[in-house]
Amino acid sequence: MTSAPSGTRAVHAYLLLLPAFVLLVAFTHYPAVSTLIDSFFSTPKGARPGVWVGLENYAVMAGDPVFWKALQNNAWFALATIPLSISLALVMALWVNERIAGRGFLRMAYFTPTVLPMIAVANIWLFFYTPGYGLLEQITGLFGAPSQNWLGDQRTALGAITVVAVWKEAGFFMIFYLAALQSLNPSLREAAAIEGASRWYFFKRVQWPLLMPTTLFVMVNAVINAVRMIDHVVVLTRGGPDNASTLLLYHLYEVGFKYWDTGYAAALTVVLLLVLASVALFQFFVLDRKVHYK
Amino acid sequence: MQRRTLHQFAAAAALSLAVLPGAALAQAPTEISFFYPVAVGGPIAKIVDDFAADFSRENPGVKVTPIYAGSYQDTIVKALTANKSGTPPVTSVLLSTDMFTLIDEDAIVPIDNFVKTADDRAWLGSFYKAFLLNSQTGGKTWGVPFQRSTIVLYYNKELFKAAGLDPNKPPATWAEMAEMAKKLTVKDASGKVTQYGVQIPSSGFPYWLFQALAIQNGVAMANDAGNAVKFDDPKVIEALQYWVDLSKQGVHPPGIVEWGTTPKDFFEKKVAMMWTTTGNLTNVRSNAKFDFGVAMLPAGKAKGSPTGGGNFYIFKKSTPAQQEAAFKFIKWVTQPERAARWSMETGYVAVSEAAYGTDTLRKYGRDFPPALVARDQLPFALAEFSTHDNQRVTKALNDGLQAALTGTKTPTQAMQDAQKEAERLLRSYK
Repeated sequence: MTSAPSGTRAVHAYLLLLPAFVLLVAFTHYPAVSTLIDSFFSTPKGARPGVWVGLENYAVMAGDPVFWKALQNNAWFALATIPLSISLALVMALWVNERIAGRGFLRMAYFTPTVLPMIAVANIWLFFYTPGYGLLEQITGLFGAPSQNWLGDQRTALGAITVVAVWKEAGFFMIFYLAALQSLNPSLREAAAIEGASRWYFFKRVQWPLLMPTTLFVMVNAVINAVRMIDHVVVLTRGGPDNASTLLLYHLYEVGFKYWDTGYAAALTVVLLLVLASVALFQFFVLDRKVHYK
Repeated sequence: MQRRTLHQFAAAAALSLAVLPGAALAQAPTEISFFYPVAVGGPIAKIVDDFAADFSRENPGVKVTPIYAGSYQDTIVKALTANKSGTPPVTSVLLSTDMFTLIDEDAIVPIDNFVKTADDRAWLGSFYKAFLLNSQTGGKTWGVPFQRSTIVLYYNKELFKAAGLDPNKPPATWAEMAEMAKKLTVKDASGKVTQYGVQIPSSGFPYWLFQALAIQNGVAMANDAGNAVKFDDPKVIEALQYWVDLSKQGVHPPGIVEWGTTPKDFFEKKVAMMWTTTGNLTNVRSNAKFDFGVAMLPAGKAKGSPTGGGNFYIFKKSTPAQQEAAFKFIKWVTQPERAARWSMETGYVAVSEAAYGTDTLRKYGRDFPPALVARDQLPFALAEFSTHDNQRVTKALNDGLQAALTGTKTPTQAMQDAQKEAERLLRSYK
């Protein structure tokens, strides 16, 4: 008889979990598993259904020069955007955390890039980079620098996209840092002031360690954003010139929705998932231990 | 009482369920969903809605529902995704070059299935041959030309005068264009170029503009069956060399020229001549603050341009009644009067000779002669480059072109690499 109430309780518990469970399964677990299965089948074409091809899609990937180029580009892109956007976000947050004139305006200005629609923003940047009369050109022209086709040159296209991404991300991350800074106990600052600690010393020994949980969170986000970057690429360069600015997700989009090679696209997705999952696991289980939580 | 309401409700629900999946019942109007993209400026959505409403008024048995689906690329993604899930649109305007992709996906039916009467045959025969080239393969017609274009040369007459050139004589040959471009290139005191002679956009889809150069040099790069290409033909390499040389001589901007900002470059007088689609005509007309001219592309060994733009397709997974109704709509909307209106309000080339014979378009052409240049160029036009696995093969060509234009590969090397890749992709379609 005692089992009945506890059984009811279990049912209740599961019922309460059900909404979240359904959403997770329908939009996260099921797609991931079915993608993994699809990646072992050929692409169905018209009346011909897909057939089991084992690891062939992965073999195609190993021999696909655009994939390797995209992977390499993405690595550079991540290596540049993550530290740059995080440090910029931190500097901005420290600055607008001070009592300065026009603080509200500054905060808003920093956050603006985040609320603007990506496609619109990319179109504006397209004109910044335009050779001849673009904003950038007009500024460099004042110093007599030669004309530069930023998006149309293989050496600068990826860098140009990186700058836009950093500009876009830094404001977003700043909000997290700002929130964390504001929740720090003000008595710490007073104590430091009484002890005569310099600002740098206070930042290094007090603020930075206390911001570590935020930094970890921001870093996870930055990595994810670096890998799922696509909209700027579509507007600014479409991966060109000659794949110089192709990133993984853009390549995946082309394979899936331009070439309609869904089998190969599934294989690419699996690789993307693995990369993201392993980075996230590393961050959560290795870096997390080094983080000081209050 | 309550019970009766419930019954009524159930009956109504059952009825609506029976009616919804596509006009199985005779008395309900046949509903045709129609996906369309917007690729040029202007009130496209309004014109399309007007067409649909007018047609439904004249044909009470048919209800056309136009659905705006984004760019060409967005539209085919939506149409093919819907097709895979079993409910494609009944008809859609998609790129003429998507034909092979749609056939390979077994998504569309040939238009010939519906052409039965002599009137139908006369209608199908009324389109410009250049536009039908992209709509036919294997002896069947798969698409109906609707919003079609070609590439033309726009030039700034004021800058021509300033350079001592005759503003009524645009370049007629490659040599002339290179020579004029040289005269039209202006440098400031420090040697920096402030105005280029000519520019041919090369971002996104350089293959389309390059195809014009290849045609002018006497090569159609793909065969009719869409399973063989000639990227490494010496004449193709020569055409690419011409483009690369323009850039090397400093009369064409270096690197990749953005398609989207090209008209703006022209308005800002950063370039004196530009190659772009006729679809930009209305845009240039309203934004250029100087006297401009429109000309056919210069001739290499011959004149030439590819066509471009979108066709109507009818999807396979719809009921025969819907397909018939869609055919009726397509035939209605491509009649001369409507084709004339469509051409005038957008800048697209009207799809038939008869459309240019209408009073409306004749008058428009008299008042604004540049509107007729694209039509006059049609006899020299070839089908837009299209093969099986089209996007991938095109990508191989695009990559090669961009590599040559940015100087990382020689034209010969770039085209040989593109050829190798294309042959690998096309081997299963032989």
